[in-house]
Amino acid sequence: MKILVCISHVPDTTSKINFIDNGTKFDTNGVQFIIGPYDDYALARAIELKEANAGTTVTVLNVGLAETEPTIRKALAIGADDAIRVNAEPTDSLFVATQIAEHAKGYDLVLMGRESIDYNSGVVHAMVGEMLGIPSVSPVMKLDLEGTTVKMQREIEGGKESVEASLPLVAGCQEPIAEWKIPNMRGIMSARTKPLKVVEPKTTEASVKTQKFELPAPKGAVKMISADNVAELVTRLKTEAKVL
Amino acid sequence: MNTTQTTTALKGGEFLIRETQAHDIFIPEEWSEEQKMIAQTCLDFIKQEINPRLDEIDSMKHPELMPSLLEKAGQLGLLGTSVPEILGGFGMSFNTTMLVAEVLGGAHSFAVAYGAHTGIGTLPILYYGTEEQKKKYVPKLATGEWKACYCLTEPDSGSDANSGKTKAKLSVDGKHYLITGQKMWITNGGFADVMIVFAKIDNDKNLTAFIVEKSYGGITMNEEEKKMGIKGSSTRQIFFNDCKVPVENMLSERENGFKIAVNVLNIGRIKLGSGAVGGAKFAISKAINYSKERKQFGTSIANFGAIKHKIAQTIAHAFASESAHYRAGQNIDDAYDTYIASGMEPGKARLKSLEEYAIECAILKVHGSEVLDFAVDEGVQIYGGMGFSAEGPMDRAYRDARINRIFEGTNEINRMLTIDMLMKRAMKGTLDLMTPAMAVQKDLMSIPDFGASDDDAVFAKEKKVIANLKKAGLMVSGAAVQKFMMKLSEEQEVLMNLADMLIEVYVAESTLLRVEKLIGIRGEKACEIQKEIAMIYLHHAVETATNAGKQAIYAFAEGDEQRLMLMGLKRFTKIDPYNLKESRRKVANYAIEKGEYPF
Repeated sequence: MKILVCISHVPDTTSKINFIDNGTKFDTNGVQFIIGPYDDYALARAIELKEANAGTTVTVLNVGLAETEPTIRKALAIGADDAIRVNAEPTDSLFVATQIAEHAKGYDLVLMGRESIDYNSGVVHAMVGEMLGIPSVSPVMKLDLEGTTVKMQREIEGGKESVEASLPLVAGCQEPIAEWKIPNMRGIMSARTKPLKVVEPKTTEASVKTQKFELPAPKGAVKMISADNVAELVTRLKTEAKVL
Repeated sequence: MNTTQTTTALKGGEFLIRETQAHDIFIPEEWSEEQKMIAQTCLDFIKQEINPRLDEIDSMKHPELMPSLLEKAGQLGLLGTSVPEILGGFGMSFNTTMLVAEVLGGAHSFAVAYGAHTGIGTLPILYYGTEEQKKKYVPKLATGEWKACYCLTEPDSGSDANSGKTKAKLSVDGKHYLITGQKMWITNGGFADVMIVFAKIDNDKNLTAFIVEKSYGGITMNEEEKKMGIKGSSTRQIFFNDCKVPVENMLSERENGFKIAVNVLNIGRIKLGSGAVGGAKFAISKAINYSKERKQFGTSIANFGAIKHKIAQTIAHAFASESAHYRAGQNIDDAYDTYIASGMEPGKARLKSLEEYAIECAILKVHGSEVLDFAVDEGVQIYGGMGFSAEGPMDRAYRDARINRIFEGTNEINRMLTIDMLMKRAMKGTLDLMTPAMAVQKDLMSIPDFGASDDDAVFAKEKKVIANLKKAGLMVSGAAVQKFMMKLSEEQEVLMNLADMLIEVYVAESTLLRVEKLIGIRGEKACEIQKEIAMIYLHHAVETATNAGKQAIYAFAEGDEQRLMLMGLKRFTKIDPYNLKESRRKVANYAIEKGEYPF
């Protein structure tokens, strides 16, 4: 079986977020980048499937410029067999999905995170499924293979939904589909010798253009109200917070 | 003073008499992508496996927990970083293994179990074992299937290790040694499968080392020791009562045990130092974060100058120590490569390379562990009441740090060792201290150089300060040697002073070289904060060395000689005033903005 795991190259969750050029561009200065945490779950599940099913290969794909290669090599260190980098800035979801679809043909299972944690559009998996004409399921929290049948659990409001589909398939993953894998020493040392193919993007226009980013207003001071002073709390919730 | 601009490798201890070029040292900013990934794996391991279980580990309620964590580390390959690939490890460079030790230094009790297993537990077999011994034990130790401990210390034999009373006696059939005796403070003792045991055969003067499997029988232990810190690290008294060890399990030769003990501790020392630096960085990051959260007088305490002072000073010390550690680590790696190229066997080359830099290893054990204690002490202070509370993280950090100044040779023993080794090398002629010491004497009698340096190269003035500090060290130690001759070893107080001068010279120089090299790579503007750090540390080093020099001079010189030496000390410890308050504010503000130890 051939599995393709699409990973995004995103700022570490503890990064300080700033925008430059009049709020139109993310400031990458001093930011550490990681594999998108949801993509990391997808990768971990792919590696588990590889370990459980002899003959399975895992390829990782990233749409990004050369600076994403350390992130890609981390995925190789975690256990993927080879990698493809589409040499382009991931401008919007349609652009990324188009690039993925271009390379995803022939894979039995295309896994990725339910969304990337930078721009969080959460639609790439659906777009890829549509472009390839195969089912797309998300957010998948459990995924098991039985022959060519894929049994999955989706998270839905207040509960879980069990679904089934046949390969080939696209899945947008989230926890607890697998536990994040820490790359081991052997993986790290072999990552540099694994193939990392760089391909040029398919020409396509981005469908959406970002106008501006804005940061939320900084949090104000916290007011402590004593637990036996419910009346004051209610008054403040009515008059100040205006939530009652 | 010899300032030949040569790029041949600096010999161990030679830093005192020779200048080093910035481009010749390794700096942590040069870690490769792979090394960074290895460090990240260690960090992820701590976050995932250690941090959620710190209380459980320290409670010692589940004796199987620590060995299981070592096994998990083994699955990640972390136990085999120093072990060659042929024996199931990864044969990484010494500096990479120091990086691993640094990051895992933040793992509290686990760091101790890890250090004992991979260092003093595994390395004696790796470096001194026969092929059969290596094949039998090392692969299982590298994966964590077997855990190891090191049994040297006894109730009456601590720093004076060769005075141990544990005996080994050949059995009547000549097939076994029967070991009898008592060992103490044995890290990992509670769960180790393999023990490196030091004992004296019959009435030998020197120790012999043995590889002892727990299953050999005749081994009993006391309960776990109750300790001030590293409470989750297993520490046992172990009793050997006619423990039957096959003769083929003798390690190296009869009476070679003391040498093994010394050499293995030597490796342990520098790694202990880097682990301590790692622990210090974690403590600093926690303190920075807390100072941002904690509000008093209507503002974060991070906005107060007194707190900024603590943040900046601890950062400067950790940065400085780190600079010196990886400079020495690279020297060790380079020496290893040279020995290998000359056809030396790898185990021997590793030992020789470490022996060459044994002075630096001892310096770094002392410096690293004292930086850690400084960082956790200021950490408690920044946390205030919460620092003293067992609910906060500084309580554990403070208690766990303290052992580092005691084990693997107390800091006092290591201070004496640095001077002792330096003098021995001078006497053997491997290190020419005499010529530069004479030059300093001559310098002392000549007219001081009042001219301002017109060299506008990076740190030109500061390098002169370092060169002079070396002169101060040579002057005081040279005079002490002349005064006490062979009795210098009895003047421990003076030896402590001399060691302090030596330590500060090495660390301050390493810091300047690191920042100089970094400026060469990134440009001066991008290294503003690092430059301030180098200045903060340089001033600290000059102050510490001046004070140590004075103490020594007071102790052994009188009258005119004392006056002349004090004048010389003043001249050689001259440094231009610098607004360190502003400097510290810049460093602290940068770190507070980043929210962690910022490098």
